[in-house]
Amino acid sequence: MILHTGSNEMIQAIADPEITESIWLTIWTSMAGALFFAILAIPFAYLLARKNFPFKRLVLAVIDLPIVVPHTAAGIAILGVLSRNSLLGSTANEFGIQLIGSPIAIMAAMSFVSIPFLINSARDGFIGVPERLEKAALNLGASQFRVFITISLPLAWRSVLSGIILMWARGLSEFGAVVIVAYHPMITPILIYERFSSFGLKYARPVTVVFLMVCLFIFILLRLLAGGKRDADT
Amino acid sequence: MLILKDLSVAFKKFQLKNISLDVKEGEYLVILGMSGVGKSVLLEIIAGLTSGNSGTVVLDNKDITHEKIQRRSIALVYQDQALFPHLTARQNVEYGLRSRRMAKADIRRKTDKIFDDIDIHHLADRFPITLSGGEAQRVALGRALVINPRILLLDEPLSALDVQSRGKMQSLLRKINKRNQTIIHVTHDYEEAISLADRIVIMENGAISQVGTPNEIFQHPKSQFVANFVGIRNFIKGELHPPESNTGKMSVFKYNGASVRILTDRSPGNGHITVHSEDIILSQTNVVTSAQNQYQGTIADIAPSRMGMEVTVDIGFKLTAIVTEKTVDMMNLEVGQGIYLSFKATACKYISG
Repeated sequence: MILHTGSNEMIQAIADPEITESIWLTIWTSMAGALFFAILAIPFAYLLARKNFPFKRLVLAVIDLPIVVPHTAAGIAILGVLSRNSLLGSTANEFGIQLIGSPIAIMAAMSFVSIPFLINSARDGFIGVPERLEKAALNLGASQFRVFITISLPLAWRSVLSGIILMWARGLSEFGAVVIVAYHPMITPILIYERFSSFGLKYARPVTVVFLMVCLFIFILLRLLAGGKRDADT
Repeated sequence: MLILKDLSVAFKKFQLKNISLDVKEGEYLVILGMSGVGKSVLLEIIAGLTSGNSGTVVLDNKDITHEKIQRRSIALVYQDQALFPHLTARQNVEYGLRSRRMAKADIRRKTDKIFDDIDIHHLADRFPITLSGGEAQRVALGRALVINPRILLLDEPLSALDVQSRGKMQSLLRKINKRNQTIIHVTHDYEEAISLADRIVIMENGAISQVGTPNEIFQHPKSQFVANFVGIRNFIKGELHPPESNTGKMSVFKYNGASVRILTDRSPGNGHITVHSEDIILSQTNVVTSAQNQYQGTIADIAPSRMGMEVTVDIGFKLTAIVTEKTVDMMNLEVGQGIYLSFKATACKYISG
């Protein structure tokens, strides 16, 4: 694909504000969604790792559901939650916020289909932290919250960070769910699809190459950051 | 100081049944029992990390059964130390003080004092993975002691250490206890118990089967289980004297006017010796053997045991030999009869403390 894309086409693509704005939108919405939902997903993953409760297996199955359902179906489900007829949508509307077709809807769609990656990875990380260490910290007088922040999270950080990166990466590439809730503003996967269906392969290719290179650069950078530190549990 | 009343808890694999115990201020109490008997769970209940099904825990006349872990002032040192791997030794020791939101200067002062006390200043900036077993155990002990606990709980603290480190750690534990620090120490090793305990609690099948001083436990086991578990009938408290000039490492242990020759490189002082009953030889005449310890005595008791017959001979103190029933018949052994008794110096084991 790179070999079939000329340097002139690449330069034009980089200079095209529609493409750069779309890539920027895709990156920041997927990143913001991953970080926002991580605040809730990480403690939830910790609970799943440490506590047993009725119907836990059912909850675990529901968490994995977005991975297996068609993402257009996930988009329809999110549409039901964010549309003007829904409680959330109508409340936001009263404050002058239109959720459908907004970056918020994009974030919600991206996060809905990608959050299982974070929850599962973080849960595995917390399971790997010996409970004995948490008990030792409690015994030394630390509160449950302090134990989580100073012991459990630092020792599981590699899995948690890996989960956030996975969630972000999966959100970045989302098409099916986002196209239902926000065709505009256009994220890059939708822009690629639109250029391909409207103008053909030649016009879709430069956007694709630029988007791939940007993603590749960011992921390599993040992996280097994640792998560069000492593993906490060794 | 600490009173346990009818503590019971049931798990899938074992249970604790009606554990009642009274621990005195400044006491060194050793809970001795086989692995898996529930000793560690008992410590976790005292620390508040596990809940019992019934019973109460009273500390300083206050019921703390349902008290928060953080408010108990009971520190637990785990068998494998449970040092936080991502923190340095100093940060590990400071952890409890930081959790109490203490001022930085106070944290520094208290940590430095503990580092001096247990001689771990040189380990301050090292991560747990770089510490030896003995060093890690000292750091774990420092981390527990720095919060100034009312009771220090030790879960098999010496089991992972080599012989040299064990000796040093035992000395350190005695030193800590002498400062009136109450210690409850769990182990399956009777030598540890003898060496350190003021009192020993024997646990059997999730229940307490005997409580007493080391002398009471080892000389007068209340049940067959205790006798079998401790495996020692000959347990004598006395004083070790240095080797005589021409006898190499052959020290002399004295008790009640009698002397026992023993091979040991330990320093003179008070301690105990144990002599395995199986290693004692009885004879009706004074035969010349390679045994360094030969005595004439009187048979005080003959009783059947799991291993055969126990023949107790009074030689100024009582020693018990185990022989077969056939031997008793063949030698016509009877209570009150005079008899010769011998055992090698290597059959004795000296335990300091």
